[in-house]
Amino acid sequence: MLTYLANPARFMRISGVMLPPLGLATVAVLALGLYLALFVAPPDYQQGESVRIMFVHVPAAWMGLFAYLVVAVASGVALVWRHPLAEIAAQAAAPLGAAFTLVCLVTGSLWGRPMWGTWWAWDARMTSVLVLFFLYLGYIALVNAFDDMGRGARAGSVLALVGVVNLPIIKFSVDWWNTLHQADSVFRMGGPTIDPSMLWPLMIMVLGYLLLFKTLLLVRMRTALNEAKARALRLAAPARAAEAPPPDATPVLR
Amino acid sequence: MTRYLHLFRRELQLAFRQGGEIGLALGFFVLAVVLFPLGVGPEAEILRRIGAGIIWVAALLSAVLSLDRLFAADYADGGLDLLALSAMPLEGAVIAKCAAHWATTGLPLVLMSPFLGLLVDLDGASIALLALGLLLGTPALSLLGAIAAALTLGARRPGVLSSLIVLPLYLPVLIFGAGAVEAGIVGGGARPHLLLLAALSLGALPLAPIAAAAALRQALD
Repeated sequence: MLTYLANPARFMRISGVMLPPLGLATVAVLALGLYLALFVAPPDYQQGESVRIMFVHVPAAWMGLFAYLVVAVASGVALVWRHPLAEIAAQAAAPLGAAFTLVCLVTGSLWGRPMWGTWWAWDARMTSVLVLFFLYLGYIALVNAFDDMGRGARAGSVLALVGVVNLPIIKFSVDWWNTLHQADSVFRMGGPTIDPSMLWPLMIMVLGYLLLFKTLLLVRMRTALNEAKARALRLAAPARAAEAPPPDATPVLR
Repeated sequence: MTRYLHLFRRELQLAFRQGGEIGLALGFFVLAVVLFPLGVGPEAEILRRIGAGIIWVAALLSAVLSLDRLFAADYADGGLDLLALSAMPLEGAVIAKCAAHWATTGLPLVLMSPFLGLLVDLDGASIALLALGLLLGTPALSLLGAIAAALTLGARRPGVLSSLIVLPLYLPVLIFGAGAVEAGIVGGGARPHLLLLAALSLGALPLAPIAAAAALRQALD
C-alpha cells in the first residue's frame, strides 16, 4: 500500500478520480451539518443561541490537532522510508491545520465575549491551542526558509516530530498552570454528557470538517506535484536548448 | 570519554578567547531585566510580584540569542563535517557542545540571578528558589535550543527562525521556573515545580541530542 501509492503519477490518477465525489460529499455534509446546527439543534438552557458557535468551534479544534498528527505521521514516514509523497503531504497539511487552529481561536474568542465577558483569557486550553498555532507557524517558516527545497522539507520533518513529542508536555504544563475552560463533554469516562440533540449535529459537522480537510489536502498535494513538475520543465528547458543547438551553429569537424 | 572532554574544552576555549561572547548574553540578560522596572514603574510590590517572571523571560530570551553560537561557526568553516566523520557519535558531540554552551551561557545567568533578584526586591528564600530553578532549568534551554540551532543551519535569517521554533518549546520551562518562585511566595510547595524542571532537563538530555544530531546530519548531506 505504502509503495503502491508512492508513485506520483499513480497518485495523481487516483486522486483525480477521488476528488470530485469527495468535494461533493464535503459540500453536502457541511450543508447538512450547518443546517442542523443553526436551525434544528435546540438553544442551550444556559448559553442560549450562542451555543451554536460550538458547532463550528469544537470540530475546528479537533481538526487543528488532527492535522498536526497528520503532519507528524507523514514526517515520520518521510524520514524513515523516504516516501516521496509523505513530505508533500506534511507540507500540504500544515497550513490547513494552522487555518483550523485559527478558526478555533477566533470562534472561541467570539464565544467568550458574551459568555465569559472577555475576548481572551489565559486559560490552559486556549494557551495550548495558541502554542499549537505557533508550532504550525514555526514549521511552515522552517520549511520555506531554505533555498534548497529538499533541505527545508527534511528539516521540517525533524521539527514536526520534535513538536509532537513536546505537545503533550506543553499541554500538561499549561493545564497545571491555569484552567478555566469547561472540561471535555464528549470523550469522557461514562459516555458523553452532551445531549443527543446537540451531539448529532456536532458529529455531522466533525465529519464535514474531516471531509473538507481531506479534499483540501488532496487539492494541495496535487498542486504541489504539478508545481514541482512545472519547475522541473522550466529548469530543463534551457538545458535542452543547449543540448540541441540550431543546425547552422554546429561546428564543422574535418 | 576523553574525546568528549576535548571537545568540551575546545568549545570553552573558543567561547573565552572570542571574548565578548559570554559577556554579550549576560549583558543582554541584565539589560532586559532592567528595562522592566522602567516600563512598569518602580513600585516594589509590583516588581516583587512579577520579578521572578521577568528574570525567567529574560533568561529565555538571552538563551535564544546565544543559540547561533552552538553550530553556526563550525558549520561555516567545515568543523562540523569533521565532527560528523569522527569516531564519536554525533549525538555525543551535541551533548558535549550543549554542555559547553550551558557552561558559558546558562551558568553565568544562574550566578547573576541573585543580584537581579535584589533589583526586583525578592526576599532571600525567593532568590534561592530562583537560582535553584535556573540551575535546574537552563540545561533544558541549551538542549532544546540545540535542536533549533541545528535545524536552521543554512537557512535564511536563522536567528529569527530559531526563536520562532524554540520559544514554544521553552514554555514548560518558563511555567515551572516562574511557578517555583511564585509557589514559594504564596505558600504552595515549590518542590514539585523544581522536580518538574529537573525532569524537563533530564528528559531533554537523552532526547534532544538525538533530534539535534538528526537535524545536523541532514544539514550536512
